[in-house]
Amino acid sequence: MNVLDIIGPVMIGPSSSHTAGAARIGYISRKLLAQPPVEADIALAGSFAQTYRGHGTDRAIVAGILGMRPDDERLPDSLALARDAGLTYQIRTVTLPRCHPNTAIIRLKAQDGTTVEIEGASIGGGNVLITRLNGMESAFAGQCDTLIIPHRDTPGVIATVSQILSFSGANIGNFKLTRPAKGRLAMMTIELDNPVPQETIRALRALPNVEHVVYLHANPEDNGHV
Amino acid sequence: MSDYTSIEDLVTQAEQEGKSLGQLVLQQQASELNITPEALLNTIHQRLTVMEKAAENGMRKDIRSTSGLTGGDGWRMHTYEEKALSGTFCAKAVAIALSVAEYNAAMGRIVASPTAGSCGILPGALLPMMTEHGATRDEICLALLCAGGIGLVIAQQATIAGAEGGCQAECGAAAAMAAAALVQLCGGTPTQCAHSVAIALKNQLGLVCDPVAGLVEVPCIKRNAAGVMCAITAADMALAGIRSVIPADEVVVAMGEVGAALPCSLRETAQGGLAATPTGLRLAEQIFGKHSS
Repeated sequence: MNVLDIIGPVMIGPSSSHTAGAARIGYISRKLLAQPPVEADIALAGSFAQTYRGHGTDRAIVAGILGMRPDDERLPDSLALARDAGLTYQIRTVTLPRCHPNTAIIRLKAQDGTTVEIEGASIGGGNVLITRLNGMESAFAGQCDTLIIPHRDTPGVIATVSQILSFSGANIGNFKLTRPAKGRLAMMTIELDNPVPQETIRALRALPNVEHVVYLHANPEDNGHV
Repeated sequence: MSDYTSIEDLVTQAEQEGKSLGQLVLQQQASELNITPEALLNTIHQRLTVMEKAAENGMRKDIRSTSGLTGGDGWRMHTYEEKALSGTFCAKAVAIALSVAEYNAAMGRIVASPTAGSCGILPGALLPMMTEHGATRDEICLALLCAGGIGLVIAQQATIAGAEGGCQAECGAAAAMAAAALVQLCGGTPTQCAHSVAIALKNQLGLVCDPVAGLVEVPCIKRNAAGVMCAITAADMALAGIRSVIPADEVVVAMGEVGAALPCSLRETAQGGLAATPTGLRLAEQIFGKHSS
């Protein structure tokens, strides 16, 4: 935490958790899809479900899905802007046992059929935690450069990935491996202390057994949020 | 380099180096953020501009929140300023605090300082210092950094989240931050800033978070007005040489403990206090329908 978290963030009101954090979850889902979405299914749980209209949580999430950051002045008009952008969306409320009170599940679909589904919680002060990605457990805050690497669970993949990262000079701040079953699809979530060059990302993508690589790049203009 | 766990440490460092708290925070936080002091000051200037625009846009007669519950009180106070019992400076401070908080409720662009719910207090205290007392924008930015340093300590040693500590953690922290900023702007010493922090926070101690329908509107907006008056009173007392018997750091810890002792119903859950009054419940039902609580 630094002084810009206290005299800030700059955001569209009224609530850092219900509006700014909600926009961030939407924004991260859009970044993970890495192309314009045409369909969005938004499920709100807990306090999000109860108070979303008064806090503009629905508009904030849709704004994020359209690629707006939490301080974008177009945020209150996002539902109308979604129509202009060719995005159809559905907002519904759900009951999720044992989840954080401010949780949203967002499923996006792109024109070419690619989908992404995330579960994220708004944990206070506009900060978020992504807890599931495409059905697999995850844990990242989107407050530093983050790599998401779905891969085949085979010996040596993790070692090779970390070796390539170490050659690029990147320091791993946090590493999480999700592996629902041995020898099947697994996922690395890697938070980095510093950015890595595009050739490193290309090298990672070229690895056998790596399904694909999503690189969320932290933005210094947005106090280090991706 | 301070780790921002003690106001007393900040005061000692600032006084040893012959700096204001704002100058100390500028230098240390620029280094923490790995940017130049000029770049950090530039970012704070941009945030001050956001505060000014929010005050201007929120001070409209026709502004309304998404729920329709609030809006227009900043304008009402503004039109009354000349007649105010508390004098023009205080009336302007209150009008701006209300306007910014109402603009927040209307989905306007604000600076959470330290939170969205308490976003009117720092602009309320600081913007009239330019129009009424000739403070420069650079001085206001350094005052914001002073406030930010105090807020960092409160966030780390207690909390600035209403869900954890009640309104005293949000509007209380903002009032304490604004008091220190005002003392610095008026030429007070870092020690006097610390006393103003202690006095302001003591007077908000125990304030619960009980928003009607769970929305950042009732009573949050008017608590921004009360928070700015608390900050001005505390700053004046500290500048007059009045000292807080309980040191600022101990008041901060006490605030955190009081917050932890508050029942869940009074920590942003909209289940107690004003939210649970007959009118509060009726409004919640009106906004969200029968299943809201």
